Amino acid sequence: MQASDFKSDQYVRFCPGCGDHAICMALQKAMAQIGIPTHQVAVISGIGCSSRMPHYLNTYGFNTIHGRGGAIATGVKTSHPELTVWQMSGDGDCLAIGGNHFIHEIRRNVDLNVCMFNNRIYGLTKGQYSPTSPKGFVSKSSPFGTVERPFIPAELVLGARGTFFARTLDVDVPTTVDCLVAAQQHKGASIVECLVNCVIFNNGTHAWIADREQRAEHSIILKHGEKMLFGANNDKGLAVEIDPKTFVPRIIVVAADDPRVLVHDAHQQDPTLHRLLALMGQEDHDLPVALGVIRNVEAETYDEAVNKQIADVRANAKAKTFDELTATLETVYKE
Amino acid sequence: MKKIVVRFCGDSGDGMQLTGNLFSSLSAILGHEISTLPDFPAEIRAPQGTLGGVSGFQLQLGSDVYTPGDKADVIVAMNAAALKVCTLGKHYHDHAIVIVDTDAFTDKDLEKAQYKTDNPFMELGIPETVQIVPVALTTLTKEALKDSGLDNKSMLKSRNMFAFGLICWLFDQPMDEAIHLLEDKFKKKPALIAPNTKVMVDGYNYGQNLALSINQIRLESSVEKNQKAGYYTSIAGNKATAWGLIAAAEKSGKRLFLGSYPITPATDIMHELAARKDVNVMVVQAEDEIAGVCTAIGAAFAGDLACTSTSGPGLSLKSEAIGLAVMAELPLVVIDVQRGGPSTGLPTKTEQTDLMQAIYGRNGECPAVVIAASTSANCFDFAYEACKLALENMTPVILMTDTYLANGTSLWRVPKLAELPVITPQSVPEELKGHYNPALRDERGVRYWAFPGMEGFEHRNIGLERDAEKGTISTNPENHERMVQARKAKIAQVVNQIPDLRVQGNASSDTILVGWGSTEGHLHAAADELNCALAQFNYIHPLPRNTREVLSQYKRLIVCELNTGQFAAYLRSQFPELPIEQYNETQGQPFAVERIVKYASK
Repeated sequence: MQASDFKSDQYVRFCPGCGDHAICMALQKAMAQIGIPTHQVAVISGIGCSSRMPHYLNTYGFNTIHGRGGAIATGVKTSHPELTVWQMSGDGDCLAIGGNHFIHEIRRNVDLNVCMFNNRIYGLTKGQYSPTSPKGFVSKSSPFGTVERPFIPAELVLGARGTFFARTLDVDVPTTVDCLVAAQQHKGASIVECLVNCVIFNNGTHAWIADREQRAEHSIILKHGEKMLFGANNDKGLAVEIDPKTFVPRIIVVAADDPRVLVHDAHQQDPTLHRLLALMGQEDHDLPVALGVIRNVEAETYDEAVNKQIADVRANAKAKTFDELTATLETVYKE
Repeated sequence: MKKIVVRFCGDSGDGMQLTGNLFSSLSAILGHEISTLPDFPAEIRAPQGTLGGVSGFQLQLGSDVYTPGDKADVIVAMNAAALKVCTLGKHYHDHAIVIVDTDAFTDKDLEKAQYKTDNPFMELGIPETVQIVPVALTTLTKEALKDSGLDNKSMLKSRNMFAFGLICWLFDQPMDEAIHLLEDKFKKKPALIAPNTKVMVDGYNYGQNLALSINQIRLESSVEKNQKAGYYTSIAGNKATAWGLIAAAEKSGKRLFLGSYPITPATDIMHELAARKDVNVMVVQAEDEIAGVCTAIGAAFAGDLACTSTSGPGLSLKSEAIGLAVMAELPLVVIDVQRGGPSTGLPTKTEQTDLMQAIYGRNGECPAVVIAASTSANCFDFAYEACKLALENMTPVILMTDTYLANGTSLWRVPKLAELPVITPQSVPEELKGHYNPALRDERGVRYWAFPGMEGFEHRNIGLERDAEKGTISTNPENHERMVQARKAKIAQVVNQIPDLRVQGNASSDTILVGWGSTEGHLHAAADELNCALAQFNYIHPLPRNTREVLSQYKRLIVCELNTGQFAAYLRSQFPELPIEQYNETQGQPFAVERIVKYASK
């Protein structure tokens, strides 16, 4: 299938220069690469710029209400596990108003592919701070700077016992496509944090890694089974060091040929190292931001388990229809 | 005797609900009509023996039974606190038979129940016409179980069975049926069958052998004039609701999906459906009320018969999502088991205070179908009807029941699936393949349902306004008005699918009682006494086509509701010319027939 098979006839209304354009394109490419026919794909969204995405994809789509995409997607997938279900959401839709649904879809491990567009701002309502805006961020609703601590989405995903977390950047389409394809291939709740630029209200929020000249130094693309190397000349590597007094592990930068350089294992069930890697460069800029699939482990999915339980009960049930069910009642016949 | 009212009351731990339910089931099996009123405290376990811990179960049995009765003819009081609550609450007649467990009137019991003297009967001022029957229930139960090897605590748990047996004797109900019921009740705990049966039979024999100073009560067996022949059983409203959904799913060929969150008094619907995987029901216990309705909306989008069950506070939380289902024009059944409000209010008590919320409680011009069940048994019919209307009209349908219907039981004629009305979901015709969009409507104005998995019907549904022709997002002013009217007209045409309003009682009277939902039994009994007419509404929005024609025939219209006048206000808004008078109660209890009669006789 071609990416064009997944383009709808709708004019794409993201602002010129918005990072969402790139993710939209990457989604169409990824869906073509995955090759599931359009009628077996449902794309569910809430409200926000990113939630317009279903309109631009030639699949089944449902642009719902603010924050509830996760719950609605859970209903679609659980009732019809044969469908491929995507959820399009943003840092406000997913982490503020929809926070409860977000952590529970992850906890239950519903087999959904969730694109969480993180531009660290409310764009559609014209520029208020979001749960991922850094502390002190000045916006229309925080003219003196925010006093709140932000969420780090990866931390929330892992805290909710997430089985899949990837992070990608709008300007890096190949990595985005890779992450989206991996998300679809993973059984369970797959969260892809898409770092996108809001050209109107928060321009340059990810510039530290998005600028071409800086990207190689400030980010690292993790690939399962490969050494963690980065830098303009691929001359740096990542290793882990344990503080001898506190036993707290931390990531350090070493030379590429250092024997301590880590090999990425996304399939490791223990999330400790995944968390350390995902937190790099989030609060300060002393370590590169990890992109790519950071965590990818298997666990039973909710939709599968629910349907299996029903099938198991039915296999041994005496009454399988309404009339058979009512026949089990204690009744009296009245003329 | 045609009918009689019995009330079991005791401590929360005394098993009064179980006893009441067993006696109701037995009465139904023996062919009596029944109506029940469980009346239990909100606390799971209040301190034993205290006034706050008293749990009651009232039922009326016999023929022409419309309500659980205003006051009991027979009371079983398992302890001193129960006697006090029943007496102060005026739960029984001046000529009632009051059976008390004399072992539960020790000084300590009297103290816990806050008596001031050591003669509770005098202190409560119980009239001499009341026949007190003292029975040493506790001693007799222990005696019955002395060879059972059970410890004292376990023995005491069977006290209610002694009372049950005694009541069975009083009403001359056969022990073999009762034993059968008990075996069924305890089939998962077989060790309990023998001791409970022994105690119950001893209770029965106690009445028989000692020839208590009371006469047995013989009820005429009820062969109701209008009753259809068939198999009958007793059923609680919540279970009837759940089974109505199951029947509708099978009839429509759709899988039943319930998204719900625990909330009193609706949770039993979820319990029942979660246990019904045998008939292919899918239940998602969601993370909150909003997710309950939203998972259901997801399932509706994906082609299932989707439902959510809740009570008033949950309905508030679901408002926005119900609006989405209105906008997206998806079939959705919302069950509101009303309770006392506002806020957390009276979670275990009954009220009809969500009516306005159901009709209007959403943002925007947001019409949905609203219907109400009026007996515990017809919760089945209206749950079925809610599904039928939702699937055939692509709309949310809100079904109103309440605590009284949900927990109460009545006699239910068990239908066969074949005799239930056909349900034809609004599926998209095959010829629209390739040029379908979600705005396409049939001649009734109902849009077609296509869902994921169907090749050639891919589309985007939305909570935003859509173009009336293309189905895509539109902010065009004329289009919005057109769509507002289209959604309104779609609900209005449902009037063609619902029955006309039927007048009960003396239709030629000048006075008509008007009610909706669960008050039907009480209003029916009141109308009988007043020899006036009754119009009981099951269809609220839209109203039956002949509503104006019927109501305008009466000089005096008394709209009786368990709220401050929501249906009365709604009727006034629709028919401003009608001289509407209203009678209202908000005490968290069902009406008493005598109070309605007293008011209407003015």
